[in-house]
Amino acid sequence: MADNNLTIVEAVNDALHVGMGADDRVVVFGEDVAESGGVFRATDDLKNTFGADRVVDTPISEIGIAGAAVGLGVFGLRPVAEIQFSGFLPIAFDQLVSQAARMRWRTRGEWTAPLVVRTPYGAGVRALEHHEESMEGAYAHVAGLKVVIPSTPHDTKGLLLSAIRDPDPVLFMEPKHVYRSFRGEVPEGDYTVPIGEAAVRREGEALTVVAWGSMVEKAETAIEELGVDAELVDLRTISPMDTRTVVESVKKTGRAVVVHEAHRTGGWGGEIVATINDEALMYLEAPVERVTGFDVPVPLLSMEDYYLPNPVRIAAGIERVLKY
Amino acid sequence: MTRTDGGAPAPVPWLTQEDYPVETYRIVDPDGSYDPAAVPDLSDDQLVDLYRWMRVEQRFAERMVNLQRRGEMGTIGSGRGHEASIVGSGYALEDDDWLLGMGREITAMFIQGVRMRDMILYWRGIEDASKYLAQHNCMIGISIGGHLPVVTGVAWGMDLTDTDAVTMAHFGDGATSTGASHEGMNFAGVLDAPAIFYCQNNQWAISVPFEKQTNARTLAQRALGYGLPGVRVDGNDVLAVYEAVRQARERARSGQPVLVEALTYRVDAHTTSDDPSSYREDEEVEEWRELDPIERYRGFLEAEGLWSDVDDDAIVDEIDAEFDAALEEANAFEHREAGALFEYVYEELPPRLAEQLDDLETLLEERPEFYDHVEQRPKG
Repeated sequence: MADNNLTIVEAVNDALHVGMGADDRVVVFGEDVAESGGVFRATDDLKNTFGADRVVDTPISEIGIAGAAVGLGVFGLRPVAEIQFSGFLPIAFDQLVSQAARMRWRTRGEWTAPLVVRTPYGAGVRALEHHEESMEGAYAHVAGLKVVIPSTPHDTKGLLLSAIRDPDPVLFMEPKHVYRSFRGEVPEGDYTVPIGEAAVRREGEALTVVAWGSMVEKAETAIEELGVDAELVDLRTISPMDTRTVVESVKKTGRAVVVHEAHRTGGWGGEIVATINDEALMYLEAPVERVTGFDVPVPLLSMEDYYLPNPVRIAAGIERVLKY
Repeated sequence: MTRTDGGAPAPVPWLTQEDYPVETYRIVDPDGSYDPAAVPDLSDDQLVDLYRWMRVEQRFAERMVNLQRRGEMGTIGSGRGHEASIVGSGYALEDDDWLLGMGREITAMFIQGVRMRDMILYWRGIEDASKYLAQHNCMIGISIGGHLPVVTGVAWGMDLTDTDAVTMAHFGDGATSTGASHEGMNFAGVLDAPAIFYCQNNQWAISVPFEKQTNARTLAQRALGYGLPGVRVDGNDVLAVYEAVRQARERARSGQPVLVEALTYRVDAHTTSDDPSSYREDEEVEEWRELDPIERYRGFLEAEGLWSDVDDDAIVDEIDAEFDAALEEANAFEHREAGALFEYVYEELPPRLAEQLDDLETLLEERPEFYDHVEQRPKG
């Protein structure tokens, strides 16, 4: 089949069209998703194509949105809910933690909550307070919840289609900083990218760089500017994590840098370092380095560039590990 | 009589919203007519002052949107159409009152003493602005509805400390759909807290119209469910808004939190990031432009014989001059170094954070190319 050259946000839209077309149980809802097509146009034209029963504007009710997704999922539908910005996700956190993630476990498999909560995450788009957070580590901490973050248009579509069809609740975090930064080949029609598998973006021998979402592009820039023979692992699924790909890479290179824009303390990088220590400690030739956001609230738009890891910070981390 | 010949069972006394019609409180009708006896007890100077403040709201919004278009401002939501609702509510507050809003009540904060420069800084994403707002007992809470329980807490604190003041929440129709707003208002009722919940129902939450936001016909009627007094007021009638909030303040001071719904209309886009043409009809916007609150109030001043003393051009020139001076000050606001990120996270910088700051400063020194990736935006 032919390919399209799409941005990440266009790939989201494409996946939703394909997912809704393939399964009439799929229902899309959230704030401003229907009439206006979403504040980032991610749900553009869905209402025209699939009708007002299946594409629904909601009140400003994050608890209601996430909770209704659980109920719809329990009742056999395939809800794809949007939380407009990840900064509003903490409001819905209780529904994800106390309802979505526990439904299968609570009813011993009798009821399940297959659902997708999509949310644009991350800083760098000059938005207002509460529009810039990346708290994937907190969500990955929840047993029973899957957390997915794509970094390319191809993966965005394939992973979102996997998420829609996944038997468990999936939090799908979209890197809005690179929503429209670049285009990539996206196959037409239906395909999936499996949840739980990392991708090796480039192979190398000198060290392993692990990143996801909008940090993948920045890590690539840093690697290219340094001209080092790095292996770049795009985690793609935060939880359940593909530890095997990470560990195998580190066993080969003996050195690693983890990059994420979330805060350092309690960030997912800590889990990755611990996993490397568990399974590849004796292969390490240097302590694993973390390049992350600082342990401060994500600043407002005037200072956010100081907060976000950039290629210079990533390069410094790589050099520290290589020179150790 | 046996149970089988009874016929229809007794009717269940359902409560429905149709049983509780909600009137709209209004002083000056859209056609300009009014009952002189209903006019609030304000001096001629104060009546003209209300007009001036509405012009401030209008002009400030225009100037800010223009700056945003030129890349000199962050995302900003205009208050066009809300001038009466914003100014009438703010004018009814007293000096020691607190005002926790959501961003579309800028002039109400000016009336509380917030400086224009600081409002410009706020919308440029400069954190220090909120410090200056707080010095005037004001806060902008962007997380929709999230500040209502905080308002309840501040008001409770006023009660516990016998402080002669009230706390007012400013929020929109969309915020009333959040769990936080329900909890905040219900809890205030339980506590008899001196809180005013002031909702600007501008009928649009970005693209979602009021009738899709709630099945309730009014937001004022929600007050009954919380056990609070409530009122729907014509939000384009500055005198009605003022009088409603003035009385709400008296009730709040006597231990009765109040819900005030001001019915108005968002004439402009939600923010400069929004394009309403994809979801609403121009005809509707035009209908509401006809109901312009400033025009209506100008008619009132004419009828009162006060308009002839008003030099409207001079008022606008004065506002522009004030804005120009504020903008110049904002442009000259101190350059901030990276260390500013680490201030105010805690009272004392924990060692772990101090290390992170140290690492960052070292890196900035060793690798000045870092600054190639930094744009302290937007530039003035």
